[in-house]
Amino acid sequence: MTVHHHLDDSTLLRYASGDLDDAFSTIVASHLAVCEDCRQALRVAEDIGGGLLDTEAPAPLAADALDRIMSGVTAKPLRTARPSQRTESSADVPIPLRRFIGDRLDGISWTTVAPGIRRHRISLDTPSSLYLLHIGPGKAVPEHGHGGAEMTLILSGAYRDALGRFGPGDIADLDEHVEHQPRVEPDEPCICVVATEAQTRFKGFFSRLLQPLVRI
Amino acid sequence: MRSASQATQILDDSVPGVSIEDHQMLMAKVADHGDRDAFKKLFLHFGPRVKTLMLKAGADQALAEDIVQDVMMTVWRKVHLYSPERGAVSTWVYTIARNARIDRLRRRSAQPYEDLDGLELASEEADGEAETFASQRSECVADAVADLPDEQRQIIEYAFVQDLSQSEIATRLALPLGTVKSRMRLAYAKLKGRLEVLQ
Repeated sequence: MTVHHHLDDSTLLRYASGDLDDAFSTIVASHLAVCEDCRQALRVAEDIGGGLLDTEAPAPLAADALDRIMSGVTAKPLRTARPSQRTESSADVPIPLRRFIGDRLDGISWTTVAPGIRRHRISLDTPSSLYLLHIGPGKAVPEHGHGGAEMTLILSGAYRDALGRFGPGDIADLDEHVEHQPRVEPDEPCICVVATEAQTRFKGFFSRLLQPLVRI
Repeated sequence: MRSASQATQILDDSVPGVSIEDHQMLMAKVADHGDRDAFKKLFLHFGPRVKTLMLKAGADQALAEDIVQDVMMTVWRKVHLYSPERGAVSTWVYTIARNARIDRLRRRSAQPYEDLDGLELASEEADGEAETFASQRSECVADAVADLPDEQRQIIEYAFVQDLSQSEIATRLALPLGTVKSRMRLAYAKLKGRLEVLQ
């Protein structure tokens, strides 16, 4: 998979330091699962944590701390079977999404929310939301700015907007205030997963009319 | 408490100047033989530091102690998932501590992180060069952080050590969120540039 659009460096640092909520950590992990470049970049970010941990002043442990741990480590650690790549050729869902939607994109149940736009919500206990969209070929999503951060990871098909073409594995890691109007390429539908920090504000009058219907 | 801390200090002093290679050797002994002495050394080095990390992130003494136990037990159980070409032992321990912080202090799920662990392992072939590079990188990262301009270093420490969210950092420093983000990007670019010289 050739990925052209990657994570913002500030997002990588937030992921490495554990600052993303479940909606965003899931979508970021899903991109990382398919993007070797970003996994490499993440290692540098995690090294920062390792370096800082190593140079922390040690805090005195409770008197029984050593006994407590040593009494728990009696059995030799088991060599867990190295998980093989698990690339059953049929699976086309990134690993971190599989526990929500299964292994295959064609197994997802959709709800139509507007002509040509279908949605599957993933319910999480966070203020941010995470959902999948199935957008028909050639379909445009109304131009919108963002009330907060929004990330879109393409799972199949492609769309284009002012920032370029986004195909499978690409992630649009958008800041607040960025306005864009994605249009799905004409040949096939686009399936993507979207994490939004706050309700997206649609711009135009008709778009605003659409908003209660789409609620994205 | 005082006597406890002295006891810990003495034990910690019994493993002076443990280097990154030593940590890797200790990990190998734990992985290959379930070597409890090797594990004890790792515990005495990392346990107190993981505790500091948790205290700085807002845990009280009892919770910080519990998390130290959890983190180090995970180090024992998952020792086979560590591979030197991924980086220093301290980086690996940090990621386990971070996941515990997410689960227990932030009460969110570290599952997405854990989903990637297996993948990392499966996609990597052992490579001596990558291994050397990884350990050099880790040795120099602490210096590289220390050399960052204050305004960038502070943000990195707030995020990685104090576990402040990006918006909490912005509030604390009375800066717009966008400024915090751009300083994070600058800091990361500097660190990355410096670490890539090693490659």
